Amino acid sequence: MDPRFITPFITSIQNVFSMMLQMPVNVGEPRIKEGSTATYDVSGIIAMSGDVTGNIVLSFPADTAERLVTLFVGMEIAVDNPDFADAIGELVNMVSGNAKASFEGMAVSISCPSVIIGEHHAVSTSSDTPCVVVPCDTDCGELAIEIAIRETTAGGAADGSTTQAA
Amino acid sequence: MKIMLIDDSKTMRNIQKSVLSQLGYTQIEEACDGQDALSKVGAFAPDLLLVDWNMPNMDGLTFVKRYRQTDRTTPIIMVTTESEKSRVIEAIKAGVNNYVVKPFTPDVLSQRISETVSKAA
Repeated sequence: MDPRFITPFITSIQNVFSMMLQMPVNVGEPRIKEGSTATYDVSGIIAMSGDVTGNIVLSFPADTAERLVTLFVGMEIAVDNPDFADAIGELVNMVSGNAKASFEGMAVSISCPSVIIGEHHAVSTSSDTPCVVVPCDTDCGELAIEIAIRETTAGGAADGSTTQAA
Repeated sequence: MKIMLIDDSKTMRNIQKSVLSQLGYTQIEEACDGQDALSKVGAFAPDLLLVDWNMPNMDGLTFVKRYRQTDRTTPIIMVTTESEKSRVIEAIKAGVNNYVVKPFTPDVLSQRISETVSKAA
């Protein structure tokens, strides 16, 4: 995948976590994802359309997500509380929105966020769009950015993502 | 001063409410999208609106355009992840008075609110 589609998300997650959570994000070596099973159990998903098509997932282990949400909203919220998904959705919204601003000369729109919670759920992407996983480490635990986007070719967009419970 | 917060994220509305509360603003009405806001602005008659861009049902830009058909003066601050220059210009053309890019610090939001309110006075 073109590095210009990876770097903005790394910069953005570091910026968002620094500003909203006062927390650094250490980034590991990106790798190509095999299969459609999400890296962890909580997925915040944003679809991109326009000159770039595909989806972005922030994937968290449940306990990491709980700790981050507690910091973000200032109180403990159970995973099954709708406010928990709302907070995860807002995090992925900010990370994706800021990243797309770095796609110079491209008109890109982002969707409202979706959040999936559950063990071994899948986030499927278009078969012609590889997914790059960027592992991240924070004081609240590990998480991953899953980037499955590509430049839209003339004559049609990619299919976008579908989700399914395992 | 009466302030309307329009954002589909309850988390973000709560963060903004916290900043507004620290600034001494307590008369706050919330709306979860543009349609919800249009149904509430008449009765609430806000003195300032904080509007997100990307929302379901009716996005913030569409709301601003509709709202400006009947109210040309009440100040609007767009609070959004949309930070491209073209988006900012689009929002200002639609009638937005000031702009805050998410993520923001409480200080930045406070500053934008203060300067917007003082310009409108």
